[in-house]
Amino acid sequence: MLQKVYDYIDERLDITPLWRDLADHEVPEHVNPAYHFSAFVYCFGGLTFFTIVIQILSGMFLTMYYVPDINNAWDSVYYLQNQVAYGQIVRGMHHWGASITIVMVFLHTLRVFFTGAYKKPRELNWIVGVLLFFVILGLGFTGYLLPWDMKALFATKVGLQIAESFPFIGDWIKLLLQGSDIVGAQTLARFFAIHVFFLPALLMGLMAAHFLMIRRQGISGPL
Amino acid sequence: MHRGKGMKFVGDSRVPDKAKFVPPKDYSEYPGKTEVFLPNFLLKEWMVGAVFLIGFLILTMSDAAPLEKEADPTSSGYIPLPDWYFLFLYQLLKYPYASGHFKLIGTVIIPGLAALALLLAPWLDRGFERRPVKRPIATGIMLLTVVSIVYLTWEATVSHNWALSEEQGKIVKQVEVDKSSKGYQLYSQNCAGCHGNNLDGGVGPALIGQNLPEAVVESMATKGGGNMPPGVFKGSEEDLKTLAKFVSEVSKK
Repeated sequence: MLQKVYDYIDERLDITPLWRDLADHEVPEHVNPAYHFSAFVYCFGGLTFFTIVIQILSGMFLTMYYVPDINNAWDSVYYLQNQVAYGQIVRGMHHWGASITIVMVFLHTLRVFFTGAYKKPRELNWIVGVLLFFVILGLGFTGYLLPWDMKALFATKVGLQIAESFPFIGDWIKLLLQGSDIVGAQTLARFFAIHVFFLPALLMGLMAAHFLMIRRQGISGPL
Repeated sequence: MHRGKGMKFVGDSRVPDKAKFVPPKDYSEYPGKTEVFLPNFLLKEWMVGAVFLIGFLILTMSDAAPLEKEADPTSSGYIPLPDWYFLFLYQLLKYPYASGHFKLIGTVIIPGLAALALLLAPWLDRGFERRPVKRPIATGIMLLTVVSIVYLTWEATVSHNWALSEEQGKIVKQVEVDKSSKGYQLYSQNCAGCHGNNLDGGVGPALIGQNLPEAVVESMATKGGGNMPPGVFKGSEEDLKTLAKFVSEVSKK
């Protein structure tokens, strides 16, 4: 039955090559922790992807309660944290998940660096990976403001002062992020848009490129 | 790609009509103990993922995500703190060679060079050798960077006043304060500057919910204690009593 469904779709769309690229490929011995336990370092990339999936799912649930305006932002987070069933767990997953994503992406970068996997022919995938790292840091920075509590406001003020100190374009970056003369309603709206739409779109595009390249080239060989 | 004469397509689409099944490449053609990704390897990965997820959920349930009191842009004296993964940058800005006139070094030059070097690593380290010991310069620079990041993060955490940090962000429940009373007048003259107009804290800690006896209020207001300097209260003995009674009552709410 399943085979018939597959054949029906395959005849019309020729999905076998797609399916083979996605799932039907070999895992070489040197990256398989079942054979060499030290190969667990090759799992950091996969775990980063896993934590990003956690972030996307928990973030989607957070937006069901979160209200991105300065009058209601903090109250909506407080309500989610203290009144909504399992709200504390959803918010906790997003909060701790952010830290764990940073840790995993850092470890993955170090693994790729120390095994020299960024060398020819994988230079372009390294570039995409570093850009992903920066996008993830950007998500961390913009997400920190959204609960609109004291530490969020004052840390963002410092962050925007740092952005302002850039020569030539500093004022422009600050205005673009801040949206007005003070860190206020406009800033929260912009950070929300950047955190929920702009950066995730960029993240997914870059991840697609990252995975397409690794599938094309395969995992780098043993040292 | 095969094109042209003799090719058959499905209907009018561009999908080639292949008469027979093309078997996947045999894994014995790859060297070593390679394994099929699906389902063999993915199942194992799935189990590791499940263990990871359980640990992660235990963390989220045992430690709630922190939330400080609602942002108050008028508040002054709040010591800002970024999330832990930006602490090293924050700490860098505290050193004299990377702050004040040299701020650009801490905010743009050092982080910018580090980011650029990371981005351009494949062109900075062009040799064919991949083993870390065989390319000591690249390995050395990366190790030095990691050690610096860990050191700066560590320095930032030990130099930060965590007790004060917790105090300044604490969520304080709003309490009705009788602002027409004599006690509140004295409070607003002597204490409100630090402890807030609603006794909800500022530079000094919130007084609501502290359950302070009158004697403690009197002694703190005159002799000081902790971070509070002595001799803050200026006025008569009688006023001190009124103030202490007022603060003590509100602090019990």
